[in-house]
Amino acid sequence: MSFGVIACQGETVRSAVATEEAPARLERRPDGRLLAGVCRGLADHLGVEPAVVRLAFVLLFAAGWGWLAYGALWLLVPRRPEEAPTRRNWGHAAVYAVLTIGLSVVTGVSGGFGWAVFPVVVVGIGATILWQQADPVQRQRWVRSSALPLRRMWLRSLLGALLVVTGIGVFVALNVKADQAREVLIATAVVLTGLAVILTPWLVRLWQDLDTERRERIRNQERAELAAHVHDSVLHTLTLIQRNAHDVREVQRLARSQERELRTWLYAPRADPDQTFAAAVQKIVGEVEDAHGVPIDVVCVGDTPLDERLGATLQAAREAMVNAAKYAESPTLSVYAEVEGDEVTIFVRDRGKGFDLDGIPDDRLGVRGSIIGRMERNGGKAVIRTAPGEGTEVRLEIKKS
Amino acid sequence: MTRVVLVDDHQMFRTGVKAELGPTIEVVGEAGDVDSAVQVIQSAKPEVVLLDVHLPGGGGIEVLRRLHGSVEARFLALSVSDAAEDVIGVVRGGARGYVTKTISGPELTDAIGRVAGGDAVFSPRLAGFVLDAFSATDAPAIDPELDQITQREREVLRLIARGYAYKEIAKELFISVKTVETHVSSVLRKLQLSNRHELSRWAAARRLV
Repeated sequence: MSFGVIACQGETVRSAVATEEAPARLERRPDGRLLAGVCRGLADHLGVEPAVVRLAFVLLFAAGWGWLAYGALWLLVPRRPEEAPTRRNWGHAAVYAVLTIGLSVVTGVSGGFGWAVFPVVVVGIGATILWQQADPVQRQRWVRSSALPLRRMWLRSLLGALLVVTGIGVFVALNVKADQAREVLIATAVVLTGLAVILTPWLVRLWQDLDTERRERIRNQERAELAAHVHDSVLHTLTLIQRNAHDVREVQRLARSQERELRTWLYAPRADPDQTFAAAVQKIVGEVEDAHGVPIDVVCVGDTPLDERLGATLQAAREAMVNAAKYAESPTLSVYAEVEGDEVTIFVRDRGKGFDLDGIPDDRLGVRGSIIGRMERNGGKAVIRTAPGEGTEVRLEIKKS
Repeated sequence: MTRVVLVDDHQMFRTGVKAELGPTIEVVGEAGDVDSAVQVIQSAKPEVVLLDVHLPGGGGIEVLRRLHGSVEARFLALSVSDAAEDVIGVVRGGARGYVTKTISGPELTDAIGRVAGGDAVFSPRLAGFVLDAFSATDAPAIDPELDQITQREREVLRLIARGYAYKEIAKELFISVKTVETHVSSVLRKLQLSNRHELSRWAAARRLV
């Protein structure tokens, strides 16, 4: 479903581009620049005469912090790469320079000019943001990706603008008496609230936009990973199965092994078999299955970190599985591993031919040494239940250290 | 004869199952997706529905939802996956049991018979999951009758998880097969009705509640 949404989003964006002239991206333009091309680029982007932007910057320069804004834009806005720089029109540059210097001098003399520019700047920022919101392509894209209805958005912007204007009005009116700091603070708060109201939906949409992009990227990565996995394992196994079609046992082993791997990959939480008990049991079951071609049903309940004694228990369990797979002639094995409180128990069961426990010769290392002896050395217990014709069940018990 | 409807989107699997089922089973209908399954089950009125968990059109859970309470049929869920949420989803949706598709013909026949008789069918893995979900946690039980399983039920589940058949469990615990069935049915009821945190979390994740 989400693919559909993205596809149709793309469609809308493209048709919007086709029907309406898309605004230029914000780039510094080396052609027709006076200083660094910031104003020229900004004018293109905003769709106004460069002179308007330049005059605005002259005002800002005179106010003092225009330089900061200009410098920031110079640093942050990328240069349009395809255009070769043209010669600067030094005449124009000189006019703006004189204007800037003149205004700066006036500011320096009167001292209050900075405050007069402040509302202009605030309104300017507000206007820019409002304009940004009206950008048709982005607006469509953003509206799609956000749940915010367009009308509510405009209402909010209007409210924001109103607040800004009110704030500025109050500010200017009260600014004359500079000692009335409280009112000034209130006015500032109103201005900031207005800005927040304007900015919040915009930022939210910007964030959502980024989020959508990020999610799509993750999805693409996942798809690539899936394709790689299917290729490496599943296709490979299918080829092997075709080649070994005559060998029923081998085909079963391959299918079983692939099934297990795919299952683990799809459903199992990615646990480290070197760290946790349940994952280690699963791993050993897989290895025994692969080596001896007998399907093993494994059920694990609970989990715990591995330690040395559990490692020994796992070795004993492996031995029990291998014994059953090799000698029991049972079609399947069942392994049940349980962690309950401190008690760890593993059952290995087959429905094979069973054997006479007392009849095992002393030199049969498998059962006596590797299973019973190993468990006892580690403070655990191995109980073997079997009788000829009744299958075998090995129960391994140990306490967690 | 037990009248059965097969619901699975793989034609090959349906054919295979039909061939493997014993002579006590009569397949009275087949379906490959949710819509046709609902239709077939309503018209064929089977005793048991073998229901694939993964179906086009919303999965086995959707079939259960749409037919909820309107048919007599009992449902046995079949799946290739043993992802806990799949299993729990259909069981809490009303299925009387769950088996994996690797089950042998005779075992499946047996399971169908058991479900037809009103009992529950647990695979070793489902038993393992229930043990996991109902194992002692710090969370207090909201409804002790539903949120906890008894010691005896736990023993039965452990034996199922160890690969024991009902008959073997009965012998092991010195109880009758009927009593084993009663314990399993009781666990099934708790699994379907309990609001234990672990269960509701899975259910919520699958939008089943």
